[in-house]
Amino acid sequence: MAKLHEYQSRALLEQVGIAVPRGGVAATPDEAGRIAADIGGPVVVKAQAWVTGRAALGAIRFAEDAAGAAEAARAILGMELGRHPVEQVLVVERLAIAREFYAGVIVDDQARAPVMIFSSQGGSGIEAIAREHPDRVARHTIDIRLGLRDFEARELARRAGLSGPLLAQVGGLLPRLYDAARRFDARAAEINPLALTDDGRLVAADCRFTIDDYAVYRQPDLEIAFARELDRPPTPLERVAWDVERGDYRGTFFFIQMAQGFARGEGVVGFHGAGGGGSMMSMDALGAQGLRLANFVDTSGNPPASKVYRAARIILSQPGIDGYFASGSGVASQEQYHSARALVKAFLEEPLTVPAVIRLGGNAEEQAIAILERARARIPAPVEAYGKDDSPDFCAARLRDLIARTPPADAPPAYGPRPAQEPYRFDTVTGGTVTLDHARCRDCASKICISTCAPRILSLEGDVPVLNITREEAKRGGCVECLACEIECFFEGNGGGFVHLPIAGLDAARRAQTGEATDGDPD
Amino acid sequence: MAILIDRTKRVLVQGITGREGTARARLMRRYGTQVVAGVTPGKGGQTVEGVPVFDTVGEAWEHAGPVDVSVLFIPAPLVKSAALEAIAAGVKLLVIVPDRVPIYDVLEIVYAADRAGARFVGPNTLGVLSPGEGVLGMIGGQAASAREWFFSGPVGITSRSGGITTSLAYYLARAGVGASTLVHVGGDPVVGLPHPAIVRLFERDPATRAIVLFGEIGTSQEEQVADLVEAGEVTKPIVAYIGGKGARGGTRFSHAGAIIEGGRGTYEGKVERLRGAGVTVVDAFDDIPGAMRDVLARLGVPLREETP
Repeated sequence: MAKLHEYQSRALLEQVGIAVPRGGVAATPDEAGRIAADIGGPVVVKAQAWVTGRAALGAIRFAEDAAGAAEAARAILGMELGRHPVEQVLVVERLAIAREFYAGVIVDDQARAPVMIFSSQGGSGIEAIAREHPDRVARHTIDIRLGLRDFEARELARRAGLSGPLLAQVGGLLPRLYDAARRFDARAAEINPLALTDDGRLVAADCRFTIDDYAVYRQPDLEIAFARELDRPPTPLERVAWDVERGDYRGTFFFIQMAQGFARGEGVVGFHGAGGGGSMMSMDALGAQGLRLANFVDTSGNPPASKVYRAARIILSQPGIDGYFASGSGVASQEQYHSARALVKAFLEEPLTVPAVIRLGGNAEEQAIAILERARARIPAPVEAYGKDDSPDFCAARLRDLIARTPPADAPPAYGPRPAQEPYRFDTVTGGTVTLDHARCRDCASKICISTCAPRILSLEGDVPVLNITREEAKRGGCVECLACEIECFFEGNGGGFVHLPIAGLDAARRAQTGEATDGDPD
Repeated sequence: MAILIDRTKRVLVQGITGREGTARARLMRRYGTQVVAGVTPGKGGQTVEGVPVFDTVGEAWEHAGPVDVSVLFIPAPLVKSAALEAIAAGVKLLVIVPDRVPIYDVLEIVYAADRAGARFVGPNTLGVLSPGEGVLGMIGGQAASAREWFFSGPVGITSRSGGITTSLAYYLARAGVGASTLVHVGGDPVVGLPHPAIVRLFERDPATRAIVLFGEIGTSQEEQVADLVEAGEVTKPIVAYIGGKGARGGTRFSHAGAIIEGGRGTYEGKVERLRGAGVTVVDAFDDIPGAMRDVLARLGVPLREETP
């Protein structure tokens, strides 16, 4: 879920004509002072952080003038709230508040519709108010095609205990809040408190929007760089992973680091799950063997081999892991050899120097296991592959045993693109490049790239493989990046095929990690 | 019989000319599903895997005859339009395979489906499979695997995890227990046919004698099932497992969520509610086949369908 800061959320309210306190956002004490001077009167300085109860944490402070605002900002900036350092403060006019309400929209899974909630008593402790005074809280299920209509909003206000001009005023505001939620694809949009000022205006004194991850692509103006819910800022590697996910709509890739700053020998392993339910059970199995997770990864929803490969490269770029564990539900509906080729490519390139246990149960698992076992000769660390009849517990125990009796391996001979004498190249949908060295292809007896190419886009022309679709079509997704023309060719052919799949920022993230040794995540 | 899919259903594939659409149309046919037409706007007149392709759902209906089910293999941003097209053309059951469909798009599909008396599975679903009858979506993968793994029997399977749906059926089969229908309800917070809706269908299905339910933390689907059992609307025995025990507590992203859910959604809450309603909740995934065998023995129901 992509949470927006208050200063971002209030900008959305302004776009639908809901009043917010005068002010602006500042990253330095000086800026905060200037904003306060412009406001010209008492102000509130508020940390921009995703935690509730900021006031009690000293992260909301009052100031009488510009100098006071700068001082308050100095105290707040750099605070650690939750596990996020505070990098910005919002400086706003201090309102003279007569009364506080609550208004919120949420997409409710049970109603399968947006629901507007209004409480005639708002402010801090709204959840307790809702429990203890249900008569003050009213809700209305919104018709998605009609939106929240004025009369429905007035009725909502009435049921929460309002009457007269105030009822009309709130009735005019709530439809706008819904419009903002809808327009910006908010899973939740809240104003708390919605303040009635002494001079009778309704002002959104604080607000919070949470945007639907799946709709981030159509909300470019929100500039959401990282649509993942974390209780701390994303790590460099998590940003790299998010860019991979954002750049490839096929399947889902989720990556989160769970430990950092660990070293070899501490029993921390790279984890590569496939599918939510199976991943959970596989994680539990590792835990039962006393192994800790460096990360959580889920590649699911039938991703192409290239996405699984990039995920594996990212997992392997965590320094200090003692092993690699890949395990999904066990009975996958997808052909497992795509993932097997992806893992082999990553293991060869990285290269893999710690034991790996791969549980690839499901469709075509025999082929998948054979592909992994075939690569053993080129990988100095042990690699074991299992199928659907081998439980996560068994596989996790295998990994523990392998780690216990395997000395660290030397890096194997370099693997990578081989200099091509007669390169035949085409681009792929995620910015990759396929190179077939026709000089090698000509001498290849197997021509295995043609029979193993998943979308069957290669044909023989004379004695070399070429595209049987246009380069444009290949780039638009005709080439699905199945990696067969590289991996099958390497083991069964003449080594003429290579698929270059860039991962933006990976090298920099890797340097950032080895340069810093932070404390491990307590989780 | 079974629910949602059987050999009599006439199936359309929207997005049949795409990577997934083509591959899955082939596998559905090989498993026995009657795929009668495909639709990709702009590609009408082609044939994919022996299936005629049309430009619109309406055109497919006119030329290929009535359609019972449409399976969507469409990029997420285009799903809403394709789903609304199928509903408008009169299709009464949709299986929406893609993930990452924006939630407001899903709500619009809910609205249109409710108005038209249509239903949908998903989004973000592997699909539905009735052993020996047919498959919608990609459950089971290759037809040969699906035939080897699953056989017909008395247990209805409903799951919020795709991989677990097939795992459940496979591990039950290894224990000698067959399935009536496997349903992956979809992994998103709002889905067309959540657990309570599927459980109701199983309740009405004569072939289903007991139900396995794989739940997860978040949403109130499992609690709603408990409500149905308590109200006597579902009387068939249920064996349930809730995933996510070891996960960090459900992430609260708003007060509104807390107000609406009022304590629903947690692992403990779900287990307590289901057990309170009389549902068998097992603590370990591996205990499911054994628990189901016990249930069937108590009912005196054969573990698999007699082969004629």
